[in-house]
Amino acid sequence: MLTKLEKNIIKELQKGLPLVPQPFAHLGEKLGLTEKELLEIIDQLMEKGYMKRMGAALRHHRVGFVANAMVVWQVPEDMVEEVGNKLAAHPEVTHCYQRKTYPHWKYNFYTMIHRQSREECYDLAEELSRLVGIKEYKLLFSTKELKKSSMAYFADEK
Amino acid sequence: MKLDAIDRKLLNMAQSNFPIVARPYKELGHRLGISEEQVIERLQRLKDEDYIRRLGGIFDSRKLGYKGTLCGIKVPAHRIDEVAAVVNSYPGITHNYLREGEYNMWFTVLANSPDKVKKILEEISEKTGITDILNLPSERVFKVLVNFELDEV
Repeated sequence: MLTKLEKNIIKELQKGLPLVPQPFAHLGEKLGLTEKELLEIIDQLMEKGYMKRMGAALRHHRVGFVANAMVVWQVPEDMVEEVGNKLAAHPEVTHCYQRKTYPHWKYNFYTMIHRQSREECYDLAEELSRLVGIKEYKLLFSTKELKKSSMAYFADEK
Repeated sequence: MKLDAIDRKLLNMAQSNFPIVARPYKELGHRLGISEEQVIERLQRLKDEDYIRRLGGIFDSRKLGYKGTLCGIKVPAHRIDEVAAVVNSYPGITHNYLREGEYNMWFTVLANSPDKVKKILEEISEKTGITDILNLPSERVFKVLVNFELDEV
């Protein structure tokens, strides 16, 4: 279980790291911690796997990745492990999930790919298809971003 | 504004190799051969110009106790704005995209209990009258690593 202090630290780090020479000293002050104490707790949050990393989230459109497709796949049950690991290992795949299916929606695998054009997305999907030996797939290109934000964790906890 | 070679290197480092040390911008500057002040100025500009959406901690939502799902719904063209306004009003809905295909609006839902996820979906159905929600909770996560490697030439 996370302590209240840890939750408060997560809330602050989720909001963002200030652009000042000693950002952790600055955040520490808000939280009643020294810079050193805060850095130690962050290390622990990383070690325990709560925090994956610190870093920048980019607007992919702005940096040239204007084509993005969710590629949905139908992977036979006995191939799930192998296909999942292969897709996940591919550097161009940013997300790879196995999800619930329905009789009218049999796609059980979801991967996100981001490239500089639609053609490049098609080429990449074809490459992935050959790599994993799955032919049942389709690309759902995004046509408009309606919302993209970061989760405010523990926002409803005082 | 165009990105120069240093911006590109900085964006790559800031995504995948951000130092968790007392003076992180100084450390980045050291790697790039520029001053701490210049790193801060560049990052500020990259944020202002919306290349960087957020610079902060990236967390494992499942480890933090959050449950998530991906949903697809069919929205008639003339109702897109109105339905998007309802869907987007929930803080736990962090991504919402229009996509090609029969199910044309796809969004993710994140909440700190399965009941809350369910409640959000029920409310969306009630408010929009759209009952056919393709609710696709994950059964297994193989990868989440959103990193956009920029050419540094």
